[in-house]
Amino acid sequence: MNRVFDVIVIGGGHAGCEAAAASARTGAQTALITQKIKSIGVMSCNPAIGGLGKGHLVREIDAMDGLMGRVADQAGIQFRMLNRSKGAAVRGPRAQTDRELYRCAMQRALSLCPNLAILEDEVTDLTLLNGRVSGLKTRKQDFACGAVILTTGTFLRGVIHIGDERVPAGRFGDQPSNQLSDSLLAAGFRLGRLKTGTPARLDGRTIDWSGLERQAGDSDPEPFSYLTRQITTPQVDCFITRTTVEGHAIIRDNLHRAAIHSGAITGKGPRYCPSIEDKIARFPDRETHQVFLEPEGLTDPTVYPNGISSSLPADVQAAFIRTMPGLARVGILRTGYAIEYDFIDPRELCPSLETKRISGLFLAGQINGSTGYEEAGAQGLVAGLNAARFVSAQAPLKFLRETSYIGVMIDDLVTRGVTEPYRMFTSRAEYRLSLRADNADQRLTPVGLEAGCVGAERAGAFAAKQKRLIAGRALLEGLMASPQQAELAGLSVNRDGVRRSAYTLLSYPDCSLDTLAPVWPQLRDIDSEAGRQLEIEAKYAVYLDRQELEISRARRDESVLIPKDFDYAAVQGLSTEIRMRLAGVRPESLGQASRIEGVTPVAITLLAVLIHKHQHSLAVNHR
Amino acid sequence: MLDTIYALATGSLACAVSIIRVSGPHAAEIGRRFCSVELVPRVARYCVVRDPSSQEWIDSGVVLFFSGPSSFTGEDCVEFQLHGSRAVVARMLLALENEDGTRMALPGEFIRRAFDHGKLPLTSVEGIADLIEARTELQRRQALAQAAGGLASRARQWRDMLLEALALVTAEIDFADEAEAPTLVVLPVQAIVNQLAHEFRQALRDSDRAERVKEGFKVVLCGPPNVGKSTLMNTLAQRDVAIVTEHAGTTRDVIQIELDLGGVSVVLSDTAGLRDSIDPVEVIGVARSRQVMANADLLLWLSDGSQALGADENTERRLVIASKLDDAQDLPEWADLGLSAKTGFGITALVARIELLARAAVAGEMSLVTNARQRRCVEVASRHAERLVTDDTLALEIIADELLRCSRALEELLGPIGVEDILGSVFSRFCMGK
Repeated sequence: MNRVFDVIVIGGGHAGCEAAAASARTGAQTALITQKIKSIGVMSCNPAIGGLGKGHLVREIDAMDGLMGRVADQAGIQFRMLNRSKGAAVRGPRAQTDRELYRCAMQRALSLCPNLAILEDEVTDLTLLNGRVSGLKTRKQDFACGAVILTTGTFLRGVIHIGDERVPAGRFGDQPSNQLSDSLLAAGFRLGRLKTGTPARLDGRTIDWSGLERQAGDSDPEPFSYLTRQITTPQVDCFITRTTVEGHAIIRDNLHRAAIHSGAITGKGPRYCPSIEDKIARFPDRETHQVFLEPEGLTDPTVYPNGISSSLPADVQAAFIRTMPGLARVGILRTGYAIEYDFIDPRELCPSLETKRISGLFLAGQINGSTGYEEAGAQGLVAGLNAARFVSAQAPLKFLRETSYIGVMIDDLVTRGVTEPYRMFTSRAEYRLSLRADNADQRLTPVGLEAGCVGAERAGAFAAKQKRLIAGRALLEGLMASPQQAELAGLSVNRDGVRRSAYTLLSYPDCSLDTLAPVWPQLRDIDSEAGRQLEIEAKYAVYLDRQELEISRARRDESVLIPKDFDYAAVQGLSTEIRMRLAGVRPESLGQASRIEGVTPVAITLLAVLIHKHQHSLAVNHR
Repeated sequence: MLDTIYALATGSLACAVSIIRVSGPHAAEIGRRFCSVELVPRVARYCVVRDPSSQEWIDSGVVLFFSGPSSFTGEDCVEFQLHGSRAVVARMLLALENEDGTRMALPGEFIRRAFDHGKLPLTSVEGIADLIEARTELQRRQALAQAAGGLASRARQWRDMLLEALALVTAEIDFADEAEAPTLVVLPVQAIVNQLAHEFRQALRDSDRAERVKEGFKVVLCGPPNVGKSTLMNTLAQRDVAIVTEHAGTTRDVIQIELDLGGVSVVLSDTAGLRDSIDPVEVIGVARSRQVMANADLLLWLSDGSQALGADENTERRLVIASKLDDAQDLPEWADLGLSAKTGFGITALVARIELLARAAVAGEMSLVTNARQRRCVEVASRHAERLVTDDTLALEIIADELLRCSRALEELLGPIGVEDILGSVFSRFCMGK
């Protein structure tokens, strides 16, 4: 007898965890199948969560009541708000995490999810019925289900390179699962090849910390989750060392032995995360590069040397590492390596992350050509929600570029595809000023409530915060001051006789609630959380209005839907190249079409006319 | 599949030679079917041209074949150079119409295909359109510069400058946790922006001149009624374009002619004489005169000395002319020039003077911005650049926002600057990745 679930998630990495939890939160009977239960939630590369753009994603996952933010708050051992000195729109929360605490906290969080079964098994194949997923087979048994979410990372033809050694593998020490990959390949998905790398791991007990520069975290750590009141995990410091001329010489002499430079690797690596041999080859004039020594845990002595990922042979890596200050006698716990793997061209996906070829099959995470825990988790969330909606015949939930980084990422992936592992940057968001880490809940929690994936605790907290924000805003907009009164508060205002609201005054460069409090003592009633957000909104008000205008203009193109069966081959006046690009992506809307690489404004105009005609002829036929 | 399009590429019939151009997926096959010899790309072949369906001999002529993408449109192209006879061309077009997958090209469709296949930037398309319309030497040169990519290449320089500024700002914002990220990029960004703002200003100033080259240097004959404006107009036109009578107020409407003075287009307007009238038609005429005068580059104020000069007129762009004068000795003090349209005295001197002024007005660097669409793009870009120049208190993310808007405004000229371009520039300049 088959076991029956609504949604089955394959893989227990960051995408799999969020996918399973999100599906289960909406009430779908969900199973997570992984080869090793104890590996669920493992951080396979750097021991950190968040960063610029990435921290925004964590906040957005949290706003949808996902797990990553809360788990990172329990595991974080050094919190820093990046770009603290710059504007709120470009600040990003980041934390070093204790690898073990993170894994355990994630497993605990999953165990508390209702409607979720966690099974240790190996999936061997998908079962299809009329081009639609109907179940799957594992080594132990058969399952029936309505949707499958594949979050298997680098398992498609993954190969690890250490010097000239090559080991077929997924994550280090895990077996790659190849039967499932064969049937995926047989389905005809377009594939690409990427590579990424990880540095060696060092034994902290053998590092001479005395001469190294210390990098402390923020004194008042700001949590990721809107539900976390206080960070209670003990906080530690990181240290900074640097590469040396001597070390560079060792690498230069052995460059031919690096897998990347010997030609053994064909996949494209990320430009923002080059290996140390790449850095030295590409920037030969630099005599030194900084290396951050990040602790992997409070009790674990392992240290992650951030900045020296490498595919050089083990002996070269060791010799090079020991040329760095403080590392002369360091013990090396594990050698760095490069991993090369296939990914599925994300243009094979709908914005719901369902594949266009197999109905009911969803993909999330590294398999889609992205990199990073946060990117994976966010895709998991989207796939989880949409798989559950698919099973209950609800329309997909669409994340928009103008309301979330998640929307930016999904649209980038499914519209433009990837040429290197996709990582989030704040510069990818054209509406960056409104997509801030501080207002992710304002932007997304209402969406989550509507979608039924937000629990009671968050719903209550969000409603209360909303109420305080609305009251605070009303108070600020109701208080009016003449230029003379404003001057009393130390503000230089045009002496034009115009009375300005406290909210308007807040938009002035040096004005804060504290500056205004002497004029209006009642402002002290606004709590600090709401106050901070109101200050930020006031500062950006002019730009947000301008952006709002652009968004409404962009929405017009987004609302022009392209029929699913639209025949690009029959479009007169489009070049062959543009027709092929459009047919390759099959955009859902005119807006999405306009973002496809190489599609010109002229082509979009032509398309708009044809879609209009098409709809008109449909309307006529209906009559 | 795209249609194969064809059209008569040359002007009015009958004439010595007409060119019929064919472009599209069937062009090569059409060349084979119509010609008595085998066509080789980029080689002129003289041959017999036959209607393939009836094997009827249409004409003989030179046939050229261009194999795509190395052709004007980027597709396979065939050009038939036949005799410029109405009958030959009509027969040839009919034969082409009967081929499979062909149709007559829409106006501008060949160039449109060239644009769609990436053979030409939009500014070059506009340049070619202007080149076809060019009437004077200067217009030809301006259009040619445009068609050859004058604005496009300057716009690419602007693009590179914007890209550099955006890369600096992006590096500081998005890689703040990287050891190697630049800091304090505001100063170098400010330097780039100052230069950009300066160039935008200059381009916009030059565009006024370009407008003058294209639309012509506007000269207006004006003054009181019955001083000989229309007579002078006819003399300059070398034909009777204006009605001339002894009655004051004969000219009611504005009459225009175009002269080519040393390669500069000069548009000469004859206007109704300025006076208070109760005749409703003349009142409208006078109002039109005033309107044309307001937009003029040069006013030729004619007077016979019987009335005082209006003090309100702008004297800088005005030449006061004593009409009905037969001898230079008699030039009154209030006049710059004297002439007699009847005897021809002073006409050559006047024409020389107009030419001098017209040439001065269009002299200088060839302008890059030559039409309203281009001007609009540069104006918006300029606004954002000026904002960055004038306000040095802007936060980094706001600077980035203005820079992006600036580049977006120029997108029509230079294609979009995508985030991948910016990140590519960041990674090539800075060693990122810790």
